[in-house]
Amino acid sequence: MREILQVQGLTKTFRLSAKQQKLERTKEKVRVAVDNLSFSAYEGEIFGLLGPNGAGKTTTLRLLATLIRPDSGDAVVDGVSVVRQPDQVRSRIGFLTSELKLEDCFTPNYLFDFFAGLHKVDPEVRDRRKKMLFERFGIDRFAEVKVANLSTGMKQKVSLVVSIVHDPDIIIFDEPTNGLDVLTAKVVTDFLQELRGEGKTIIVSTHIFSLIEKLCDRVGVIVNGRMTVCDTLERVCGGKNLEDRFFEIYKETAGDGE
Amino acid sequence: MRNGIITIMKKELARFFGDRRMVVSILMPGVLLYIMYSFMGTAMGDAFGVDEDYTPTLQAVNLPGSMETLLPETGFAMTAGTDEAAARAAVTAQELDLLLVFPEGFDADVAAYEVSSGAVAPNVKIYYNSASTNSTFAYQAVVGLLDAYEGRMVNKFDVNAGGEGYDLATAEDTTGSFFAMMMPMLLMVFLYSGCAAVAPESIAGEKERGTIATMLITPIRRSDVALGKILALALISMISAVSSTVGTVLSLPKMMGGMSDEVSADIYSVQDYLLLAAVIFSTVLVLVTVISILSAFAKTIKEAQTYVMPVMLVVMGLGIVGMFGGGASQELAEYCIPLYNSVQCMVGVFSFSVLPLGVAATVGVNVVVTLVGVVVLARMFNSEKIIFSK
Repeated sequence: MREILQVQGLTKTFRLSAKQQKLERTKEKVRVAVDNLSFSAYEGEIFGLLGPNGAGKTTTLRLLATLIRPDSGDAVVDGVSVVRQPDQVRSRIGFLTSELKLEDCFTPNYLFDFFAGLHKVDPEVRDRRKKMLFERFGIDRFAEVKVANLSTGMKQKVSLVVSIVHDPDIIIFDEPTNGLDVLTAKVVTDFLQELRGEGKTIIVSTHIFSLIEKLCDRVGVIVNGRMTVCDTLERVCGGKNLEDRFFEIYKETAGDGE
Repeated sequence: MRNGIITIMKKELARFFGDRRMVVSILMPGVLLYIMYSFMGTAMGDAFGVDEDYTPTLQAVNLPGSMETLLPETGFAMTAGTDEAAARAAVTAQELDLLLVFPEGFDADVAAYEVSSGAVAPNVKIYYNSASTNSTFAYQAVVGLLDAYEGRMVNKFDVNAGGEGYDLATAEDTTGSFFAMMMPMLLMVFLYSGCAAVAPESIAGEKERGTIATMLITPIRRSDVALGKILALALISMISAVSSTVGTVLSLPKMMGGMSDEVSADIYSVQDYLLLAAVIFSTVLVLVTVISILSAFAKTIKEAQTYVMPVMLVVMGLGIVGMFGGGASQELAEYCIPLYNSVQCMVGVFSFSVLPLGVAATVGVNVVVTLVGVVVLARMFNSEKIIFSK
């Protein structure tokens, strides 16, 4: 299997404002969000980043999506560096997070075409993909309804579809099922498995154990910005269930962290 | 133009024209200005004018013979009565418009009076009520009549006797000086308001709603986003500015009342308007760029609007400088200062004293300033501190 994503010593710090310092009763001016993080993902697998809130999962994914720049280290996505060639990385990945919103005043149909334009997708290919994806997610009936008037689940589906207009080989999902009802969540997870079947690589972050157990081939556990364990799901669990194993890992690492 | 720029422009225009409220909010100022100025003009005319059918009433004490023939020339109604105190009360109560009190033997005194003697001249007292338009009007008419009568008695020479044809100013001069005084300031304010109405919404608004990041994770160049937005916003701002300008130009003659025959915008040639259009469009580019950069710093539309207000005062100030500059500057160097150069060009076009090289310099400088702004904005879009500041 080919390593399609290599993360090498990725580090990202944020400045804490005076207010935040007071709130957290700390004198540190800098908060390390991601601390010398390294891992790899292979072509055709679903890789899960597991960790508690604030562990640095979202920051890691943002770094991979080139929305922010690392202080040091690098990540190579399909042979392209996020530091040196962010433009090329952007055309190779699809990134979805709840922070990225779609403009309320447009219809799914318009937005699909708009983002296809930004990704320079050929109009013929665009129309074929639109038809296929809209049918797959039941968006076709709402294709001309403004985003503002769509239900939360439908909005999420439209965001998902828009994030993969350009048929990327690597798909990065931050908390893919957050805020979705069970039906929509199932549509999304089924789709991710389908994409894996097509040979795509998928990186998801989550704090939901069952999602990892259901979806992921390999998992990396992040605690306090550091990668503590990164291996196949079976080897990480070692016969136990993931939840129990996670708390063991957390105790070991958080213990020496504080 | 690169595809990316066009894609962004199309989206901005679609967003704008897809929202009826936004279109109305852009066109409204022009309509409101037209209604307001027209109403002000009419209201002012009414307030200081007298109903044509009204006949003022006046009463005279000790009416001399000379006046018996003179006063009826006014066409006012003479009422009888000799009680001066009662008549004064009637003027106060606005029942009577005017009370004239002549000294006894007025005609004889006037005939005997020598100007060179230095003695006090016979005095006519005219009581009126300044709170009443009718009384004021009657007062002015009678004073004018008496002045003319006095003039006729000691006439040594006339000035401009026999009416019209002495003002040699052409229609161009009158209109030119009028428009050159008013329009640059108004135009700058309209242009700025137009830009300020759309740019914060498009840039700070997209940050606030979290939609700009969605766009920035695609491979589109940041400079394409910046330029696409600036061009689209400039077009929309132009529509707003044109609406306000048309509203003003159409209603100004009404506002000016009597001057309306002399002031008309059709004395300018097509060439003048083309020069003006070039200046205006390049000015809008600069204004939109400035407001876009301010908006990119802001986290919310509200915050952006607080940044935009102080700059409005600067722009107004520049417009006012143009009002009192005494015509367009002929120094080329002055056309290299952005925004100030726009005002100078406008004054030049309106007063027929335009410096063509100055207009060229202005457009050039404005385009350069815009391009620098595009680079700055593109860098801001690339900065996580700006895009993700919370």
